[in-house]
Amino acid sequence: MADSHGVVAEHAEHNPNLRHHFDTMAQQFDSATLGMWVFLLTEIMFFGGMFGAYTVYRSMYPEAFASTSKHMDAFWGGLNTAVLIVSSLTMALAVRAARLGQQKNLQILLVLTMIFGLAFLGVKAIEYHAHWVEHMVPYWNWDPNYDGQPQYAHNAQILFCFYFFMTGFHALHMIVGVSLMLVILMMARRGAFNAEYFTPVEISGLYWHFVDIVWIFLFPLLYLIGLHQHTT
Amino acid sequence: MHEIPSVKTYVAIWATLTILTFVTYSVAKIDMGGFNIVVAMGIAFFKMMLVILFFMNVKAESPLTKLFAGAGFFWLILLLGQFFLDYATRGWMPEGKMW
Amino acid sequence: MSTAIQDPQTVERPNYLNAEYGWKSWLLTTDHKRIAILYLISITLMFFVGGIFAVLIRLELLTPQGDLVNSDTYNKFFSMHGIVMVFFFLVPSIPATLGNFLVPMMIGAKDLAFPRINLLSWYIYIVGAVFTLAAVVLGGVDTGWTFYTPFSSSYSNTFVITAASGVFVAGFSSILTGLNFIVTIHKMRAPGMTWGRLPLFVWANYATALIQVLGTPVVAITLALVGLERAFRIGIFDPAIGGDPILFQHMFWFYSHPAVYIMILPGMGVISELVTCFSRKSVFGYSFIAGSSIGIAIIGFLVWGHHMFVTGMSMYASLYFSLLSFLVAVPSAIKVFNWTATMFRGSIVYDTPMLYAFGFIGLFTIGGLTGLFLATLAVDVHVTDTYFVVAHFHYVMVGGMVMAYMGGLHFWWPKISGRLYPEGWAKFAALLVFAGFNLTFFPQFILGYLGQPRRYHAYAPEFQVLNVMSTAGASILGLGYLIPLIYFLWSMRHGPKATSNPWGAKGLEWETTSPPPTFNFDKTPIVTEEAYAYSHKQEVEVG
Ligand SMILES: [Cu+2]
Repeated sequence: MADSHGVVAEHAEHNPNLRHHFDTMAQQFDSATLGMWVFLLTEIMFFGGMFGAYTVYRSMYPEAFASTSKHMDAFWGGLNTAVLIVSSLTMALAVRAARLGQQKNLQILLVLTMIFGLAFLGVKAIEYHAHWVEHMVPYWNWDPNYDGQPQYAHNAQILFCFYFFMTGFHALHMIVGVSLMLVILMMARRGAFNAEYFTPVEISGLYWHFVDIVWIFLFPLLYLIGLHQHTT
Repeated sequence: MHEIPSVKTYVAIWATLTILTFVTYSVAKIDMGGFNIVVAMGIAFFKMMLVILFFMNVKAESPLTKLFAGAGFFWLILLLGQFFLDYATRGWMPEGKMW
Repeated sequence: MSTAIQDPQTVERPNYLNAEYGWKSWLLTTDHKRIAILYLISITLMFFVGGIFAVLIRLELLTPQGDLVNSDTYNKFFSMHGIVMVFFFLVPSIPATLGNFLVPMMIGAKDLAFPRINLLSWYIYIVGAVFTLAAVVLGGVDTGWTFYTPFSSSYSNTFVITAASGVFVAGFSSILTGLNFIVTIHKMRAPGMTWGRLPLFVWANYATALIQVLGTPVVAITLALVGLERAFRIGIFDPAIGGDPILFQHMFWFYSHPAVYIMILPGMGVISELVTCFSRKSVFGYSFIAGSSIGIAIIGFLVWGHHMFVTGMSMYASLYFSLLSFLVAVPSAIKVFNWTATMFRGSIVYDTPMLYAFGFIGLFTIGGLTGLFLATLAVDVHVTDTYFVVAHFHYVMVGGMVMAYMGGLHFWWPKISGRLYPEGWAKFAALLVFAGFNLTFFPQFILGYLGQPRRYHAYAPEFQVLNVMSTAGASILGLGYLIPLIYFLWSMRHGPKATSNPWGAKGLEWETTSPPPTFNFDKTPIVTEEAYAYSHKQEVEVG
């Protein structure tokens, strides 16, 4: 459908970034941000379903759960939390730069955000590797003797399955996030943004912060509760 | 649009979040029985609010955005609450050890 | 199909149908009206696929012996019937077709907020449909549309993962439609189109969109868990190794009870439009009807436990879910009372859409009231998994939603196609649908109450008379659906031209031409009056 405006002669000063079915830039921006928020609503329910199922099993099998948390390294988890929080800071500053029209800063901050995002994924890979070595990967590499506690083997396997499901799904979101940053960065380098038009930066920022929030909950749920049973 | 927060605000929020991460890690080592989960989730909730209000700038957004941001958590509580309405009353769980 | 509106005698005004020709102009379109047509064609196909399975089910049940097919095949028939009808017809039916076509027009917008996402949602739907049809072709699935564990996750030897993937994928199409509607209704309203002036159809679609956005992700994750369990046998839903099959039911019904409202709310929206238009009266209790849509969307999330009364749920939880299930009937009842009050002393015109509206109100009321039987704990235990339940939800889904869908399709067909359909045939078909429907499903209430269980291919001989009635009714019902298909297709080429407002109805969609131009309005409309400002004078002009 060509943008043949035939009958639409309302907007005289036509911003090239304004799509034909919107009347004003503000309306377009508000729609995009609201759209992202509604999308995040669905994301909350996505993760919510997993959190719910995981919580049910954890409360059904508290001892087995305690035995799994021994295999979660709170150091790596904590480090990753810190890394993600820094990335959220650079992201927030990137959005700020975009709003102010500071193109150079925007690009630098986007690159930094990507680097921290990749660092997070790197740490996650180290952890996954450790689980593999310990034979804690259900189905592919699971020790039926479960570290000398075979009575927990079945239940712990379910809990580990949820661990991989949740962190894997979160990591997938990180990969999508980093890819988004790459796209935004290329758009920024092309000079696509200015102080009037920065919608893609804004809504990608919302997405990035959301992924950060999910981790803020995953960290205590997976790594911290049960920590006291092993350190004291 | 709305006013743009200063770099200082963002850095202050970041510092608070980082400190809270350290706090939640340290507190988790202390055995408080059933309270460990409460404290850990409380801190996580507080961190989330900081991210939402400042990094995502919901503080300056319209009531509509606030409504949608809040709706997700309301529905999440519906989901979890009614799950446990069933599970908790079934007597399946080991006594006194909900968590 | 785009050739349908060519007419050599007159030079036609440019409209969305003749703006461009060729398959590319359809498959790459971002016009919400063309996407609605794409959806209309796809869900009609799926409706007939699901219908074929219904025919096979009713044929098998003609005799008490399981003689036409064996029990395994029969299990596949009702499963495929359910999966196709629920996820690929009922859920997208009104929102993706009539909603897609009308919501932007009713609020005075040029398009939905995200036209490309709208097209994407159709492609996602098609991918989901291909998966599910692949499961049919490969050999079917026998879990029932509910995919209950541990049968689906551990024991079934059919194509569960393929079918579940189809539903999983189609869920995203539903989410994207909902997302688009929410943003569009919030941000794209024409000047003067306040929330208090929104057509009730828009309110209903807004409430539906909320459920789509909030509920669908949970069923997606649930089906993903079933797939995971099936593929890797970790024990998530297998009680033998510590899993909890009931958890599946909780997660499934968190979506699937509200999904009942995804399927019925848009229908209620259609009925609100039809009842006011054909009573020539402003709607009675506008804010109550609008508010009850939102009320249903919220309370609808609180009642899912009524599907699980016999799963060993404690009586405390059962009481809670039972009470709330009674409560959720209140907003639905409010709507029925308000429609009735709207018709009271109206100048009722008995055109085809109104016949469907009458059908809806009667049948939905029966469906809703029998829902209260099922919300009653003691009665539910007696009729769980019997034909009583089957009859109940078919009264709501087919007697309600499909009636509303047919009524809406007839009502807006002149707007969609620019042509009129043959009124005589349409009335005849509407009566066939009503008669056939009741003959099919009313006996099932009795069968269920007498104790015939659902999902068996054989039954006790004393149930045969009622089952034969049901099968006879299904044949009439099938005919009632085929006739409109034929005359709608006929009318696209041969029907008389429609004026912009053939019913004398109120609403922005009637102020633009039939069919509308690509951007809906020549000039952004400015709304100055309340919704449904019908005056009794009008009936004279329209006759
Ligand atoms: Cu229900």
